Amino acid sequence: MTRPAGVAAVLRFARRHAGRDFTGRVRDAGLDLRPVSVETLQLNITRLCNQVCRHCHVDASPARREMMSAEAIDRSLALLAQHASIAKLDITGGAPELHPDFARLVEGARALSRHVMVRHNLTVQLDPHPITGASLAHLPEFFARHRVEVISSLPYYQAYFTDAQRGSGVFEKSLEALRRLNAQGYGAQDSGLQLNLVYNPVGPYLPAAQAGLEADYRRELLAKFGLRFNSLYTITNMPINRFRLHLEKSGQYEAYMEKLVAAFNPTAAEGVMCRTLVSVDHEGRLYDCDFNQMVDLPARGRDGRPLSIFEFDLDELLSRRIAFDDHCYGCTAGAGSSCGGATV
Amino acid sequence: MSHYYESDDLKKFGDIGKHAKALADDFFKYYANATGTDGALSKREKALIALAVAHAMKCPYCIDAYTTQCLETGSNPEQMMEAVHVAAVMQAGITLVHSVQMQNHLEKLVP
Ligand code: SF4
Ligand code: SF4
Repeated sequence: MTRPAGVAAVLRFARRHAGRDFTGRVRDAGLDLRPVSVETLQLNITRLCNQVCRHCHVDASPARREMMSAEAIDRSLALLAQHASIAKLDITGGAPELHPDFARLVEGARALSRHVMVRHNLTVQLDPHPITGASLAHLPEFFARHRVEVISSLPYYQAYFTDAQRGSGVFEKSLEALRRLNAQGYGAQDSGLQLNLVYNPVGPYLPAAQAGLEADYRRELLAKFGLRFNSLYTITNMPINRFRLHLEKSGQYEAYMEKLVAAFNPTAAEGVMCRTLVSVDHEGRLYDCDFNQMVDLPARGRDGRPLSIFEFDLDELLSRRIAFDDHCYGCTAGAGSSCGGATV
Repeated sequence: MSHYYESDDLKKFGDIGKHAKALADDFFKYYANATGTDGALSKREKALIALAVAHAMKCPYCIDAYTTQCLETGSNPEQMMEAVHVAAVMQAGITLVHSVQMQNHLEKLVP
């Protein structure tokens, strides 16, 4: 449900007085954060997931049933065919591989020579499909055949943080899934098959510097488990949905927001991903990013109506105002954070 | 009700400049340069040293602050716990090495 305009105005006013107004902060830094392109079309095709992670900004779980319709998938492929400038398709969820049209979407985009990225949670290779019970053990071979870039969360190179965040036993399963991806050539220097890992803090603190952590992951995963990957992306936890609830329950929400606000970095702000990406929900509605999608802040056209893939006008999309809000401080803290990791 | 060591007091660290601003400014500059930069030691190594010192000096503010700082610079709980053991064993060693003084004196008294 979208907030009524009056309530939104009151909230904006309250925030400005709490010193948190993101748009004001951006303006004070002398920045004008307009969209620059739509290089990436990010589709959130389902909220169904085999896992229930503590920090999940999607609130995904095995109980969710939202699925993108076959028409919306067709329409997304048609948009890629029409717009050569949209070079990348980023498929996310939930666990997007659980969607019945997942393979068709990947094949369609590859047939159009698009770079395809899949946000793959690793364990979905090993768990039965939460609805049909089917095995998804074929995924590493499928990804390799279509030369998909695989992007997978592994909160740490040890079980302690990984299991605390993603559930007990997830670390061991993730290692097995990584072994299967490596066996297909993923992560090998010369295979061209990209396997990128994602680190995010397990609690309300900022990620460590990406380069140092990547070196630690590389050394430890190779030495202890014989595993390889390409790059590590560090991502800041967004103070929304499940993670926000956890922060509020444990009395840490205000302190976390203060930390994010204090770490505002104008250089990171310039690189926010909403300037080059558009996010689509399972009903085809457009958003500036997956986070705005989850807090119900749609991208709006010139007349204020929410935009959708069914009436897609690239020029109108590029002239939109990005809907910034409090959670945007999660993208601009420290070295910045995006679906591709740090932005500085 | 008032207590010693309120966790919220950590936010007031900057208030040490209230009555001697120039000295506080000097201190915070030195503090930031010594702990907040990658130098011959990385920020991560410095945070682990600070965590160990925080334990040795038994400062709850610093323990909270440097637990977070260690995580934010990429340390893990095993490394953090080993740093605390270094602090603990140094304190034990410092206590024990003083027994040489005891023995020296003992030998004087009991020739
Ligand atoms: S974080 Fe990813 S793997 Fe975890 S519940 Fe959310 S969508 Fe699923
Ligand atoms: S949360 Fe979304 S809209 Fe806000 S800065 Fe980040 S990418 Fe942009």
